[in-house]
Amino acid sequence: MVDKVHVKTTINGQEYEFLVEPYMSLLETLRDVLNLTGTKEGCNDGNCGACTVEMNGRIVDSCCVLGAEVNGGTINTIEGMATAEGLHPLQQAFLEEAALQCGICTPGFLISAKSLLEREPDADEHRIRYWLAGNLCRCTGYDKIIKAVQKTQATA
Amino acid sequence: MVATQEYKVIGTRPIRHDGLDKVTGRAIYGADVKLPDMLYGFVLRSPHAHARIRSIDTSAAEAMPGVVAVMTANDMPEAADELVDLGEGAINFSHASDHIMAMSKAKFKGHPVAAVAATSTNVAREAVAAIKVDWEVLKSAVTVDEALAPDAPVILDGWVGDDLGEKSTKPNVGSHFRHEFGDIEKGFADSTTIIEHRYDLAMVHQGYIEPHNGTAIWDQEDRVRLWTSTQGAFTVRTQLAGILQLDESRIKVTPTEIGGGFGGKIPIYVEPLAAILSKKSGGKPVRILMDRPEVFEATGPTPGGWVSVRLGVKDRKIIAGDADIRFDAGGFPGSPVGAAAMCVFSCYDIENTRIDGWDIIVNKPKTAAYRAPGSTHVAYAIECIIDEICEELDLDPIQFRLDNASKEGTRRGDGPIFPRIGNIETLEAARDSAHWNAPLDKNPGNGNVRGRGIANGYWFNVGLKSSVNLSVNTDGTVMLIEGSTDIGGTRASIAMQAAEVLGIRAEDIIPTVVDTDSVGYTDVTGGSRTTYATGFAAYKAAQNLIDELTARAATIWDIPEDEVVFEDGKFSSKSDPELSMTFKEIAGKLNETGGPVSSTGAVDLENAGGGFAVHICDLEIDPETGKTDVIRYTAVQDVGKAIHPSYVEGQMQGGAVQGIGWALNEEYFMSDDGQMVNSSYLDYRMPTSLDLPEIETVIVEVPNPIHPFGVRGVGEPPIVPPVAAIANAINDALGIRLREAPMNPGRILEALKEKNG
Ligand code: FES
Ligand code: FES
Repeated sequence: MVDKVHVKTTINGQEYEFLVEPYMSLLETLRDVLNLTGTKEGCNDGNCGACTVEMNGRIVDSCCVLGAEVNGGTINTIEGMATAEGLHPLQQAFLEEAALQCGICTPGFLISAKSLLEREPDADEHRIRYWLAGNLCRCTGYDKIIKAVQKTQATA
Repeated sequence: MVATQEYKVIGTRPIRHDGLDKVTGRAIYGADVKLPDMLYGFVLRSPHAHARIRSIDTSAAEAMPGVVAVMTANDMPEAADELVDLGEGAINFSHASDHIMAMSKAKFKGHPVAAVAATSTNVAREAVAAIKVDWEVLKSAVTVDEALAPDAPVILDGWVGDDLGEKSTKPNVGSHFRHEFGDIEKGFADSTTIIEHRYDLAMVHQGYIEPHNGTAIWDQEDRVRLWTSTQGAFTVRTQLAGILQLDESRIKVTPTEIGGGFGGKIPIYVEPLAAILSKKSGGKPVRILMDRPEVFEATGPTPGGWVSVRLGVKDRKIIAGDADIRFDAGGFPGSPVGAAAMCVFSCYDIENTRIDGWDIIVNKPKTAAYRAPGSTHVAYAIECIIDEICEELDLDPIQFRLDNASKEGTRRGDGPIFPRIGNIETLEAARDSAHWNAPLDKNPGNGNVRGRGIANGYWFNVGLKSSVNLSVNTDGTVMLIEGSTDIGGTRASIAMQAAEVLGIRAEDIIPTVVDTDSVGYTDVTGGSRTTYATGFAAYKAAQNLIDELTARAATIWDIPEDEVVFEDGKFSSKSDPELSMTFKEIAGKLNETGGPVSSTGAVDLENAGGGFAVHICDLEIDPETGKTDVIRYTAVQDVGKAIHPSYVEGQMQGGAVQGIGWALNEEYFMSDDGQMVNSSYLDYRMPTSLDLPEIETVIVEVPNPIHPFGVRGVGEPPIVPPVAAIANAINDALGIRLREAPMNPGRILEALKEKNG
């Protein structure tokens, strides 16, 4: 048994302090250690984007980051997207536009799309499709996801 | 094309009831289940496609700290060697048990041979790596032609398949059947044009993003509790009961939210292993999650194989059709070749037909359903041949299809006579669509070439059994309890049908999907049946609720029951216009006037009403690289009646895109010794948002006469036409017929080289 690593980090604006095995991914850490199961696993090798979170201001596949690496950092996950004031406009648009079927990809898409709109509020359709190409959805054919992002842009 | 009736709720687009949980990360999927004192399981799988197990040594694994239980096939209860009906398909529990954990021989790479439960997944993985198996590697056969060759290895020891009613003399024939009508020889003799070709397809996977999972407790009273993401909790219960040799009443299955299935989450895999490991751990909960390579290598993809079709035409009428369909079933018999045979000629009215179906055992994972299972394969063959006929005879591809279209009264190739179907209306809507009438510049000037293709597709849909319970709250809302897994918005589409009957809003119905202890038997969410059949059960339950409330209104008003009418969401007296109550008003009076009111609705529907989809595809090909981009795509489909049009469009779009991936890129890439060499998303490469254009939809509504609102199954038809539509578009662009899918850049370049010499 290897020694666990001590980690202090801010997740969704909240201070967290925990111990984690040095080989554990951030995805496993979120889900199994911290019980933040809104972030999903589809492949565990960086190819589906279901595990997308924001880490120090950039989106990452959390299955490809170690839990120990986030010491001193800032993480935002799907659990932090809605506030007491209500849903994030993207969440609302996903509901209104039927941009999810099974919903397993939805947390990852929402985190990715939020990051895009914060950087490039006027991204065109091609740019949206490019930015979201790291997130796989097998149910929707992407059409309604793209339209939900565009609707969010239009109502911003 | 609008259905005649006016509705208040049906046809609107309310926000789905489970939406909030799914956009906030709160929804609990199978992998999110966590129970006190839970153990983590992992499975040892065969590294060989075909190998006998000489011995297994688990001692090193058992001795590892943190390991609580280890199992092999010796721990599997002995299951009956007989066929049991599962609603959608049948199961032989002895095969199922051998499939779940190999008894003496691995029949595909990834076949489980042992499993471990430990205090963490990591310990379980390390323990699995410490198990030693002494393998005798055998020759493998991975294609139907290899498995039928004279020197083929025997894959399933002792198996004798049925070959047209006789015992098969070939070892790997799961079955061979035939449907024949009319006089096929005369049909071809009378034909003036005959075209015949063989179309090959690779095995492909449903590709759902959520891997399989199961968390089980098998306690000291022999009660099993299981949490899993499945398309059918009751079907899981039946399978578990057969494999674990327990009465169904001792098993409770709780379906979690499910991250996609497309037919692939009807069979079970890790669930019995979690249960047995739990029993061996003294009843501790055991959770097993598959990883992505396990999903590719050891769950149920849809078969590869080939379809050979010969069509005979005279005076622009198809008068003879002959089809030979051969599917690789995987390591055990049971591919969807039967369904393929039901679909192959279904878009056309052909007098003389013969259909042969072969189910062939090969050293690949046992196949399962994948969205209209088998129909995409046969559409690839027949829709391309139809296109060739039109080319040869210089006919309009839609007009020719219309001239030969199946309609009410046409006999399907396997016998049944079609009821009212919307094949013609769907073709006409495609003909009149903006896309079909838009010009296509075949040489856009960048060196690329463009082409347009069209194809038709059919899926029969299924009915089967569903149960719904309703109970009225005093605030005028209604709880709806159902057993159908909600895989893509069916809580909403079912609730909307109850709301329509009750004259309340969709939001006033609160739908919940419950475990197998808490609602009547309900078949799988599959066969495009849920909105149709569970919706029908909800309709019946709502009608029963109205009857109860009518009686209650009569009691409240002290008038005879037949004096009370329910119309426009209001109960009123026929004779006294003063006496009137809305649904909400009577709901508020229930507790003072005799107590709560609830109702049930249950159905067992034999028929479903088939669905047709016509797809139009424009694509652009770079002849230098063979890269193909779909640049415009339109899906036209008869849905009977769109209950929630957004989710209907979503099904049409999602199915079309899965078909596009199948056509252009996806395949199980097998090495000669039966290893899948692309078992990751990176290498399997499903379509991303950047690969696709907008998917346009045209909803056609030819009401299904056997459903109260006219619903037809929607989910499956849209995966049927894409492969053929793309093949036809490639031919339009390049003048090349690709008869092997996927039609990837390599195949396009090869064909171009051959053509240009
Ligand atoms: S789970 Fe991390 S990319 Fe798929
Ligand atoms: S909604 Fe199912 S994977 Fe995207």
